[in-house]
Amino acid sequence: DDKLLSEPLSHPDFFSVKELFTLKDLFDARVHLGHKKGCRHRFMEPYIFGCRLDQDIIDLDQTMQHLQLALNFTAHVAYRKGIILFVSRKRQFCHLVERTARECGEYAHTRYWQGGLFTNAHIQFGPGVRLPDLLIFLSTLNNVFEPHVAIRDAAKMNIPTIGVVDTNCNPCLITYPIPGNDDSPAAVEFYCKLFRMTIIRAKDKRRQSEAIEELR
Amino acid sequence: TLRLIYTTTAVERKNVGASGPEKYTEAFIKKQIEEFNLGKRHLANMMGEDPETFTQEDIDRAIAYLFPSGLFDKQARPMMKHPTEIFPEQRKIQWGEDGRPFHFLFYTGKQSYYSLMHETYEKLLSVQKYQDQVTAQGLPLQKEKRNLAGSRWLTKIELEEMLLEKLSDDDYSRFIQLLQKLVALPCADIEEKYIQKFSKEVPVQLQKVVIEPLQYDERGVAFSTGEGTRKTARATAVVHDNGTGKITVNGTDILHYFPVLQDREQLLFPFQFLGRIGKYDMVCTVSGGGRSAQAGAIRLASAKALRSFVTEKEVEFMRQAGLLTVDPRVKERKKPGQEGPRRKFTWKKR
Repeated sequence: DDKLLSEPLSHPDFFSVKELFTLKDLFDARVHLGHKKGCRHRFMEPYIFGCRLDQDIIDLDQTMQHLQLALNFTAHVAYRKGIILFVSRKRQFCHLVERTARECGEYAHTRYWQGGLFTNAHIQFGPGVRLPDLLIFLSTLNNVFEPHVAIRDAAKMNIPTIGVVDTNCNPCLITYPIPGNDDSPAAVEFYCKLFRMTIIRAKDKRRQSEAIEELR
Repeated sequence: TLRLIYTTTAVERKNVGASGPEKYTEAFIKKQIEEFNLGKRHLANMMGEDPETFTQEDIDRAIAYLFPSGLFDKQARPMMKHPTEIFPEQRKIQWGEDGRPFHFLFYTGKQSYYSLMHETYEKLLSVQKYQDQVTAQGLPLQKEKRNLAGSRWLTKIELEEMLLEKLSDDDYSRFIQLLQKLVALPCADIEEKYIQKFSKEVPVQLQKVVIEPLQYDERGVAFSTGEGTRKTARATAVVHDNGTGKITVNGTDILHYFPVLQDREQLLFPFQFLGRIGKYDMVCTVSGGGRSAQAGAIRLASAKALRSFVTEKEVEFMRQAGLLTVDPRVKERKKPGQEGPRRKFTWKKR
C-alpha cells in the first residue's frame, strides 16, 4: 500500500501529462487571448506576453509550464482518491462544468456560494463531513467581477487550489494558477477536456496498480 | 492539543437548541414500525376481530370508539397510523464510508434542487438539438398548443416535499420559469413525460357538480326538484315544464305569501335571468328563517332545479351570476364584554 502511494512521487511526470496538449492546441483554443489593457490586473503582468491593439496576449510558454504542473497535481490527487471540486460562476459554462464533473465521478459547484460552506461545514452539512482535497476554478471571478469567495475559504481551510486566471484576475491565493482565457467557449471546453482526461487516466492507473498488487 | 483550563456545568450541559430538528435514525423508525404492528394485533384482539385482516380503517374506527374526543381539529384527536405517515421523511447520511458524498452536487448545499435544474436544462438542450435536426431535414415543426388551462405547476410546498429540501421563493420561481421556457419550445412533445411530473390537473369547477336528469310525471310533463338554504330557512322547489308562470309557496299564492315586492323579485330573478318567465310552474315548501331569508332560500332552490332544464353554458352563466352559490352569511354571535357582535359598550371618559 505504501509502495502504491510512494511510487508515482518519484517520477517527475508519472502520468505523462505533457502528451495531452501542445502549444498549437492552446493557440487553436484561443487560450492566449486576454482582456483589454484597462482591465489588466497588476499581478498578471509577469504572465502577459504583450499587448496588441489594446488587447493583452498571454505568454503561452509560461501557460504550458503552469498547465503541466497543475495537471500533474490533479492526476496525483485523483490517484490518491482525493475529492476534486470544480468551481465556476460563469453562467454560460455552468452546465458544461457540471457535466464534466459528473463524467469524471468528481464534484462541481457552479451555483451561488453559501457563506459558511467550508468554514461552517459541520453545521451546514452535518458532523463528520469530508471537505474537498482540491478545488479547480474554471473562472476565478464571480458574477460581480470580484474574486470568488471559495479562493479565500480554501486558503483558510488549507485546501490546494488550481485556477484559470485571466488578465483581470488576482492570482495571489491560488496554489497552481494557469494564466489563460476563461471567457471563450472554445478555451473552457479545452480545459474541461484536459481535466477530464487527466482524472480518468489517473483513476485507471490506480485501478491497474491495485489489481497488480492483488495478483501478487 | 487543547488544555481545558476552566469550565462550568452550564458549558457541559447539552445545547438542545443548537442540535437542530430531531433526527430519526433508521433503527428508530424500524422499532416504531415493529411496535405499530404489535399494537395493531393487540387492538384487533381487544376489539374481538381477526388480527390478520385488520385494515387501517378498522384501526381508525377502533381508536375513535375507545378514545372518543370532542376536539374539532382532526389532527389533534388520538390517532394510530403507520410510522411512515407520522414521521416526516428525512434525508439519510449523504456520504459513504470513505467520506466521498454520493451526489455530484453535494457541496452546493441544495443538491436535489440544483440537480433538478441541471436535468431540466439538459432536457431543454436536447429539445433544441432535436429542433435543429428537424429544421435541417426540412420538415415543418409541429406547433400544437399544450392545453395550459386545465393544468397547473406544482406549488412550492409540493416541490419541497418532492425534493425533501427547503427552497426559497426565488429558487421556486426560477424553476417555474425554466419549465415554462421548456414548454414554450415547438418540439417540447418529446419531453412530455418529464413535464407531466411537475404539472397537476385542475378540474373545472362544474365537473364536480352532477346535474340531475329530468323526471317525468303521469301526464308526461317534465319536472325537477331543488333544495336551497339561507340563514335558518330551508326550502324545496319543484319546477314543472309547460306552465303559465304560476308560483305556489306552502299552498298559498306568492302574492299572498310575500306581500313585499322585493321578495317576489328575488323569486322571479332566476327565470328572468334565463329569459323564461312564463314557461315554468313552481311549487315550493319553505320553513324557518324570516321573510327575506325564505325568499333567498326559494331562489336558490329554484335555480338548482332549473339546472336540469338548461344547457351547460347557461349553467356556467348562472354560476357566475351567483345564482347557484349558497349565501354563507349567518347571524354573528354576541361576545362577552360587548353589547352585540360588534357594538361595544358606551365609552365613558370618567
